[in-house]
This record gives sequence, C-alpha cells and structure tokens, in this order.
Amino acid sequence: MSDIVERTLTALPGLFLQSQPGGGPAAAKTPFSSRLGGLVRGVTALSSKHEEEKLIQQELSSLKATVSAPTTTLKMMKECMVRLMYCEMLGYDASFGYIHAIKLAQQGNLLEKRVGYLAVSLFLHESHELLLLLVNTVVKDLQSTNLVEVCMALTIVSQIFPREMIPAVLPLIEDKLQHSKEIIRRKAVLALYKFHLIAPNQVQHIHIKFRKALCDRDVGVMAASLHIYLRMIKENSSGYKDLTGSFVTILKQVVGGKLPVDFNYHSVPAPWLQIQLLRILGLLGKDDQRTSELMYDVLDESLRRAELNHNVTYAILFECVHTVYSIYPKSELLEKAAKCIGKFVLSPKINLKYLGLKALTCVVQQDPSLALQHQMTIIECLDHPDPIIKRETLELLYRITNSQNVTVIVQKMLEYLHQSKEEYIIVNLVGKIAELAEKYAPDNVWFIQTMNAVFSVGGDVMHPDIPSNFLRLLAEGFDDEMEEQQLRLYAVQSYLSLLDMENVFYPQKFLQVMSWVLGEYSYLLDTEKPEDVIKRLYKLLMSDSISSETKAWLIAAVTKLTAQAQASDTVERVIQEFTVSLDTCIRQHTFELKHLRENVEVMKSLLPVNKSCEDMVVDASLSFLDGYVAEGLSQGAAPYKPHHQRQEEKLSQEKVLNFEPYGLSFSSSGFTGRQSPAGISLGSDISGNSAEAGLKETNSLKLEGVKKLWGKEGYLPQKESAAGDGAEAPPLPPEVSPSENIDQAAAKRTQAQVLAPSKEEKEKQLLASSLFVGLGSESTVSLLGKPDVISHKFRRKSKVKAAKSGEAASTHNLTCSSLNSLSHVAYEENDYLTALQDGEDTESKDLPLGPELSDSESLSELPLAEKVSDCSLSALSLFADSDMEIFQPPSSAAASLTRDIASASCFLEETAGDMCSGRMEVCSDETVSVSSYKLWKDDCLLMVWSVTSKSGSQLKGADLDIFPAQNFKISEQRGCCLPVMEAGSTKNFQYSLQMEKPFTEENLSGFVNYQMVDTHSVQLEFSVNLSLLDFIRPLKISTEDFGKLWLSFANDVKQNIKISEPQAALPSALKMLQQKLRLHVVDIQGNEGLLACRLLPSTSSLLHCRVHADGLALWFRSSCPALPDYLSYQCQKVMMVGPGI
Amino acid sequence: MIKAILIFNNQGKPRLSKFYQPHSGDAQQQIIRTTFHLVSKRDENVCNFLEGGLLIGGSDNKLNYRHSATLYFVFCVDSSESELGILDLFQVFMETLDKGFENVCELDLTFHVDKVHNILAEMVMGGMVLETNMSEIDSQNKLEKSEAGLAGSPARAVSAVKNMHLPEIPRNINIGDINIKVPNLPYFK
Repeated sequence: MSDIVERTLTALPGLFLQSQPGGGPAAAKTPFSSRLGGLVRGVTALSSKHEEEKLIQQELSSLKATVSAPTTTLKMMKECMVRLMYCEMLGYDASFGYIHAIKLAQQGNLLEKRVGYLAVSLFLHESHELLLLLVNTVVKDLQSTNLVEVCMALTIVSQIFPREMIPAVLPLIEDKLQHSKEIIRRKAVLALYKFHLIAPNQVQHIHIKFRKALCDRDVGVMAASLHIYLRMIKENSSGYKDLTGSFVTILKQVVGGKLPVDFNYHSVPAPWLQIQLLRILGLLGKDDQRTSELMYDVLDESLRRAELNHNVTYAILFECVHTVYSIYPKSELLEKAAKCIGKFVLSPKINLKYLGLKALTCVVQQDPSLALQHQMTIIECLDHPDPIIKRETLELLYRITNSQNVTVIVQKMLEYLHQSKEEYIIVNLVGKIAELAEKYAPDNVWFIQTMNAVFSVGGDVMHPDIPSNFLRLLAEGFDDEMEEQQLRLYAVQSYLSLLDMENVFYPQKFLQVMSWVLGEYSYLLDTEKPEDVIKRLYKLLMSDSISSETKAWLIAAVTKLTAQAQASDTVERVIQEFTVSLDTCIRQHTFELKHLRENVEVMKSLLPVNKSCEDMVVDASLSFLDGYVAEGLSQGAAPYKPHHQRQEEKLSQEKVLNFEPYGLSFSSSGFTGRQSPAGISLGSDISGNSAEAGLKETNSLKLEGVKKLWGKEGYLPQKESAAGDGAEAPPLPPEVSPSENIDQAAAKRTQAQVLAPSKEEKEKQLLASSLFVGLGSESTVSLLGKPDVISHKFRRKSKVKAAKSGEAASTHNLTCSSLNSLSHVAYEENDYLTALQDGEDTESKDLPLGPELSDSESLSELPLAEKVSDCSLSALSLFADSDMEIFQPPSSAAASLTRDIASASCFLEETAGDMCSGRMEVCSDETVSVSSYKLWKDDCLLMVWSVTSKSGSQLKGADLDIFPAQNFKISEQRGCCLPVMEAGSTKNFQYSLQMEKPFTEENLSGFVNYQMVDTHSVQLEFSVNLSLLDFIRPLKISTEDFGKLWLSFANDVKQNIKISEPQAALPSALKMLQQKLRLHVVDIQGNEGLLACRLLPSTSSLLHCRVHADGLALWFRSSCPALPDYLSYQCQKVMMVGPGI
Repeated sequence: MIKAILIFNNQGKPRLSKFYQPHSGDAQQQIIRTTFHLVSKRDENVCNFLEGGLLIGGSDNKLNYRHSATLYFVFCVDSSESELGILDLFQVFMETLDKGFENVCELDLTFHVDKVHNILAEMVMGGMVLETNMSEIDSQNKLEKSEAGLAGSPARAVSAVKNMHLPEIPRNINIGDINIKVPNLPYFK
C-alpha cells in the first residue's frame, strides 16, 4: 500500500517539472551547458597563454553582465556558476560572482543550492568577509526537514566556516548527533571535528558526545569519530587510555569479519577503518606496557589475517608493522613484523619497496640487524632509477651512519645531491651531510672537502645555520692546538686553490665563508703573503657576480689582512674604488678601512690576529660623542628623542584621550614603545644624552642596539658571550683508527671497480661491507658503544642547537662591538650616523618587548624567591611528619598549611596573597619520590619540585632538569634552594614559568638525576600538566576602568549557561568564578556582574554576566583572540559542576 | 588529513582542484603548476609517492598520484594518511566516477565539474575520508537527485514521503531504492 503512495508521490516532481514553461528543463539547459562546452573547447583549442587569457576575460565580462542582470533566473545562474568555477580553476579572478554564489545557495532549489554551496566552498576561504552572509543560510538549512539540505549545510560547515560564528550553529549540529539517519550523524561528527581543529575550546564540552559517536550502532558514524580520536590521542595520549579496550574490541570485530558485507573493499573488511584503528593503537601503546599488552592479540590476528595479495592488505600490514614497533615491544610480534618488512622490501612492486624502506628507516634504530639482513636490497635501491626510492634509501643510511661508514654514505649522498635540482631536496640533504660531516669526520681534509661540496651545491638555499656552525667550529677550535691549526690551514689552502680556478662561480654564501676564513687565518700560510691573498679578494670584489652583502664580507676580510700587510697597492685600489660606492654599507666599511690605515697602532689593536673569539671592552654609551652632541645642542639643535617618544608625542597630538589609565602593559595595544625602559631604547638614545644611556647600561646591558649600528654585513657570526662558558670541544683523536683506514680502502676499491661489470656482485658486497660496518653484533664496534664513538670529532652540534635562540640576537656582538670604537674615526661622516640612527629606530620598533619584560621579572623575583622558600619549607615539613598524601583544594591550601606549622608566622604574611596547589607525586622509584606543586604567584607560575629520599638517607648530587618547552619561558630560581633539611633527604627545585604563547593544555616534563651512596646515578622522568588556567590572575580595576577597557577590546564571545534559580545564583556564581578561575569581581549591579582577569604576563580579559529568566549570559572580551573562548569554556565547566562541589 | 585533491591532464590543464586548506588564488595556481611539473616528469614504472616538500606548507606532506590515460590524479596528504590507503582511494574514486558517467573520460570531468565535485564531497569531507563504499557514494548522490526532484513538489507531499520512508531504514538495505522509482526524468540526464 505504502508502496503505491510512494510511487505516486515520487512521480509528482516529474509532473511539476514538465509543466514548467519553456518546454521543460532539458530545453532550458542546453544552451547554457553548451556554453560551458564551448568555453572549454575554445580554451582547449588555443595554443598560447595569451589567447587563453583574452578568451577568458571576454567570457568573464559576459558572465559579469549576465549574473548582475535582474532577468537572470536561478537556473541560468547555476550554469553561470559552473562556468565561473571553471574560470577560477584556471586561475582567473571571478570575485564579482562570489556574492551571487552565496545568493544561489540561499535561494535556489536543491540542485541550484548545491551548485551555490559548491561554488562558495571553491571561491571563498575561511576568513572571507562574505562568508558571514552565508551563516544564516546554513542555520536555515540545518533546521530543514529535507535531509539533502542538512547534508549540504554540514558539508559546507566542514569545508569553510567562520570561526567566530561557530556558536551560532554549534547547538544545531550537536542535535544532529542524535539524528535518526546515519549519514547525517556521520557528517555532523566530521563537522564537529572541523570545529575541534579550528576552535578546540568551543567543542570541549561535547567530548562526551564524541564517545557516544564512537559507540554508534552504525559503523560509518563510528569510523568518522575515529578521525577525532586519532587527532586527540596524538595531542594527548594519556587522556584516552581507558578507550584502548574499546578500540581493540572494534578492531577485533572488523578483522573477524563481523561487519556487513558492504563495508568490504575487494573482500577486505573495511580496510581504512583498520588502518585508522591501528594508528590509534600505536599511539596509545607507546611506552606503555600495560596498554600494549591489551593489543598484542589483535595485532597478531591482524598480521595473520592480512595475507591476501591485494594492495590494500599491504596497507594494513604496513600499519600493523608500524604499530608493533611503536608500542611496548613483544619479541614474538616483532619477529613477525620483521618478516613483514622483509616482504615489503623484497617485493617487486615499487610502491611496496618504497614503504619497506620507510619501515626500515623507522625501525633501524631499534633493530639495526634488520638493515644488515636486507643490505643487498638496500645497495640495489641505492642505484634504483626512481629518485624517490634512492632518497628514501639515503634517509635509511643517514640513520645508520657511524664514524666507520661515514665517508661512503656521505659520498653516496653527494652523488645524489649533484643530480637533484629540487630546492627542497637540496636543503634537506645538505643539512644532513653537514651534520654527519661534523659528527663523524675522520680527518681534516675529508671534512673541509665535504664542506666545500656542501657549500658549492647547497649554495644559497641551505639553512643559514650550516655556514655559521662551520665557522664557529673553525673559530672556537678544539683542545688539540695542532689539529686545530691544521684544519684552519687546510681550509685556507683549499679556498685559495678554489679561488685560483678560472671561470668557476661559487654561491654567495660559500664566498662569504671563504672570505671570513681567509681574513682570519691567512696568517697561517708560510708560502703566501697577505698581499697575495688581498689580490685575490680584490679580483673577487671587482667581479660582477658578487652581491653587495658578499662584498661587505670581502672588504671586512681585506681590512683584517691590511693589518698584517701594511703597504699594499691593492688596498689602495680597493679604497679608491669603494669610497664612492653607492651602497652605503660598503662605503662605510671602506671608510673605516681608509681611516684605520692611517693609524696602524689602532688597527693592530682592533684587529688582532686569531682573536676572533675573545671579548673586547666596548664603550656602549658612546660617550666619546658627548662633545659632538654638546656642540650640536649649543648651536640650537633639538635634543634627540627616542623613536617611541616621538611616536607617542605624535599620537598625543592626534588624540586628546589618555589611553593609559591602568599602569598595565598591554603589549598588543599598539603603543608598544611607550613603557619601554632601558632595554629597547639603548641604541636609539645615543645622540641624545649618552650619560643617561650609560647609566641604563649598567643595570641591563643589551648590546643589540650597538650591534645594529654597524649592520651585519662584513662581521661574522661568532661565538656569543653566552656560549663561551663551559663550551669545550672534546679532544681530537690523534690518529685515524685502523678499522677506518680499512673502510676507506674498501670504499676506494669499490669506486675503482665501478667499471668492471663482471665483478658487479662482488663490488656490491664490498660496498655493503663498507656501508654496514659498525652495525649489528658481529662487527668490531658494537652499536651500544656507538654514542661514545659518535662524537670524537667536533662535538658541537647539540650545544649549538641549544644556544641557537640566544645566538640569533647576539651573534654579531663581539666582532661588531670590537669594531665599534671605530666610530672615533668615522664620526665625522656625520650623515652616516644619522642614517644609521634612523635604521636603528626602525629596528628598535621591531624588537619584541623581551628585554623589558625580563627586566621587570628579575626585579620581582628577588622578594618572590624568599617567599617561595618559606612556603615550600613549610609545605615540606608538613609532608614529612605525616605520611599521607595531601591533596588540598587551592583555596584552603594556604590556610591549612599555616595551621600545621609552628614556624609559619612569617609565611602567613607572605603567602597570604598567593594560592598554592596540593602536592602531587609525579614520579617515584624505590629510593626517592618526586612531588610537585604549583604556586600561583602574582606575576608567574612557580613550580616547586621536591625530591625526597624514602629511606631518609643522604641524597647525593640530586639534580633536576626541565626539558625546554616551546610555550614557556622557564627560569630556575637557584637562590632560593632550601638549606639541607631532614638529614638531607629532601631537595627542592623551583622554577618560575612564564607563558610565551597561549595554549590550553601543555605538558611540562623533566628528569631527576640522583646518586645514592655508592651506587651509580639514576635518572627518573616526570611530567606535569599545566593548563592556561594556571596563568590566569585577578585583575583589580575599578568599574570605570572596566568600562574603558571593555570598549577597547575587539575579541568577544557570548555564551548562555542554564542554571537553576538564576536570580539567587548571581552572587554565588560570581564567588565561584572568583575562587575557581581567579577572576576578580569588579562590581555587582542588580542582576549584572563585572569580572576581570589577566593572563600572565599582561593580556587582560573582561567578563560581563547578566542573569535572565532561564540562565546566565556571559559575555567575554579580550585583547587576545583565543582567551574568550577558553574562559567561556572554563566558566561553563565550573558552572556545570555547580556550587555544591 | 587530505590537504588537496588535484586532477589535471597530460598538458597540465587543471580539470579539478579542491583545497582543504586556505590558499590564495595565486598560491593555488602555483601549487597546481609545481605539482604538474613534479608529477609529469616521473616515469611510468616508478612509485606513486612524491615528497611535495614545501609545496603545500610543511615538509610533512606527500603527493600521492596516479596516472590514468590522459589524466593525473593527485592527492596531497599529510603523514596521518596511509600511503597505500590513499592509492586505493584513487581506485574508489575512479570506479565511482566510472559508475556515475559510464566509462568516464576526461571530457566528462571537464563538462561536469560540479558533478565530480559532488561525488568527491561524498568521499572526502573537509579533508577527511568520509565514505569509501562505492555504492554508498553513488546512492548518496542519487538520493540528492531524487530529493532535488521532490523539492519541486509541494512541501507537504514531500515530507509525507520522507516521513513515511527515510527514518529507520537499516543501512544495508540502502536508501538507494527510492531512485528506482523515480524513472527517467529528462531533467537529470
């Protein structure tokens, strides 16, 4: 019966459509569709880009006329959109049609709407302003009873949706999770996933619904939710361990073929689902034995089942292998996985071979013998015609490099490098070669030659660290004086011979390296005089292919050499040539050279031989300019004002309002320079009053300002002051070990035999033996010993990386500042100075507020340190005399601590303002336990870790280190380490944390090293979870200020929360926010409340709450875009829990 | 996540481009050009994976491509996708196109860009693989067609039909049944 009704009804639309004017849709469609066809054919027939452009422009202008004509029907519009899409795809701008696409999505019938949505998703991007016009349409369609409309709306939401409009559709999409149709639920889950990606805070409260989606009765919905889980587990695997069982069960069912047949793909059950699950399991089981044990069975099953010979089973196998190797190892599984890798590597199918190599690369560090097993295949892959395979092989070799096979491997890499032209590959490979060369270089000659190859191939695309690391290595030298000199000498010699070659062009970076080395170390040459070197440099200087930056380097080198060779005609010529140069930088350097030459004594003291790494005393205040400044002032010149002061004055002229009512520093407010004290403005104060500048310099000397005066060209990145201390390179081995000699010999032999085809096999084996030496147990050097062998040459890399951040700011300091006193000579070149100051001003604007912040911090740290030591002392003794674990709610922590401790009278006063968290044990073993707590100081988060010996015996040399985290600035508070207490069984470590980049949750991890009496040292790792909430502090401002601030903030979020008895709830709700989120209640007026807080160091956020009939309306505003979202989420969380808890 | 899906022919003329991350128009053209350049010079008997490098942001990304007759299909994906899995996704995509167009060829893709996009939207949503079941993708598309047809009729009648049928149909029975009963509307051909 219903069948008949249905048939009738479904036939209806056909009838309706046929009755349309114009002879039905077919007739209406033809002309338009053929127009697209005509366009396509026209474009295809054209031969030149120019003609195509002409045709498309023609087409676009006719389209423009059509779409804006009022007579254009929606159906015509639809066809126009398709043509517009085609034009956009070819790269022509069709922005006039965007608004019509939105209109079409709004007004059209289903088919037209679909084209409209499609066009919108292709034309616009997430932050396009027109997108706001679409929101209403989306909301309407989400509420539609028509499934297709809902689907379309969900699709567009997951493709592009403005972030700030998410709250408008979020509840609607949440509802769709309960929709009766699986396709809608599935799309809703993916749309929410998209929200999770772009605004994670706004969907945090529906995580529980994701769990429901995971348990959905439809497999498709469950599969969609795996996308979310994969992502979330990647971010934080520890939070989802409880789901391991579910994932395992699902995978078991899938592998066991329990799914409906239509999920099979080439008779493999839901392969993509399996892949997802295996990835999730791999993440969950990483370094976690208990979780891993849950999945051994199902992994075994998967490995066993996946034996069909179809491409997609290999995909599953590959994931299996990957998972087996990333979870806690089980030998039985590893064995099977290794066998699988073999299948991949040995497969004749090239894709599988590629993946096999990839798998090998992943596991080779865990199991080097695997590489040995497949060594012949690897050798074959090295000569594979496919460059991608070759590259992957090199990647594998890179992982197994040691000091014995480095020459062969680097040679293979260089061979590949010479053939490839893609920048990405060159950058990547050059970096690796440089790293290997530094780590494992067997001798000086090889090292310099390899680096020469790196520089000449990598040229100007390579990472700038490579040349600066290389130069630092040369400059700082190592313990063995002889070896060091030889390295330098060899470098000089090889560069000279390279420069002597005719008609060879070197990259600019390489020339810069050469000129620095020649300038510094030519004195080591016995055979050639400085004059000869200068001549060569001169020749380079006159060449056309040299950039002006390189010229500056060259002139710097000439200047250094001039100090050693006084009378030189070439220098004379250089001076003549470049004092008239149009490039001010080069001209300045030349003038310096000119004036220095007139005073040989000054020159020699300024440019000593081989002293590039030593500090020089600099008059950073430029006091020698005082006379000049005084003269200028007496002649009526206006006193110098720093740039920020000038800007401020300009602003204050423009606007009468005072924008600075709170004494807070709003770093993002745009008037950054305003509050900056000494740090920033040092450089720009110069000509004003150097006495003042000098004073400032005494408390915080930042040399950035001085450095900038001289520009970076010509002065080399050298050792920065910070890196100077304790940076010692290990001694060089006096001779190359015999085994290395053999390897090299083997390698040479291999090369020699390349042309003999009959011996090919043998040759490969030789190559293999030289490549895989040092791997596996049978070789002379065991892999375990490798870390020791690694770095007997230039062990600089790790330190360099650690110091990198500091280096960026201060690399040039030393040499530059050493030349700084040159300004004695140069200051008559008055225009230089002013020109430089201008440059300086712009520089200082670019500087972040860093110095200023650190200043204020270090000031406040002193009293803070005392407070902390008191506090942790008391907390400790509390902990020591009662054995139970203490978890205290933050608000009462301070109080209960004080109650228990006799000596806490001073503590009460000092910590009354600060709240502290309960103590938590973060890790322990049989001898020590480490616990931590947080202290929410007014200006930072103070983390205190205490290491307690369980036996009460002496802890020797306990030491705690925190891994650097990118989002924090961590500084240790050494001064406040507690005196030894409780027979030395406890040691405290305190770190103050500042947030550098906002985040919601972040792990901070570190390790403890300790040594018990007569045992070796033990290392324990721990981690602590920090949330943004730890960095929120109350902001105490007046209602009036609140009003002003409110208007000045641009980012806002509104949120409604349902609470019972809203009228009575306001005071208690506010109180709760004050307690739990540390917001400051500014004012309560009737049914409205104002709260304020700041995010350390200085981002503030305001909250306006209003009670209405069915809940609480929260309205957040802040200067930081992410903060309101986060706060609103936190508020919701607090409110949901309710006041009772 | 899938970052972008590109289809172009042997001459490098784009036939379909879909980006799941925002790029300016010029950047998109640049990506298409570079990708074509990278892909077109590969031999026939080499692997289907390429490192796109800095192409679409981040060295994490890979190009998976497939050459069939006159067209190159390229998926740009990040490391969270399985390489071989993507290769089979090509297969699914092509087979679905084949079903949709009956012996699909380059011309079909050119003249029915919107249709191809719609099929793609059923497979990949916001960069995530949504559906890999060919008949399902197909039926979703047909469902839309049939619904589109219904849209022309009075709303009450339509909702009557829908309420009567759509909910509670188990998946493996397939909603596609409806289509059979919407015979040969000239409009959809």
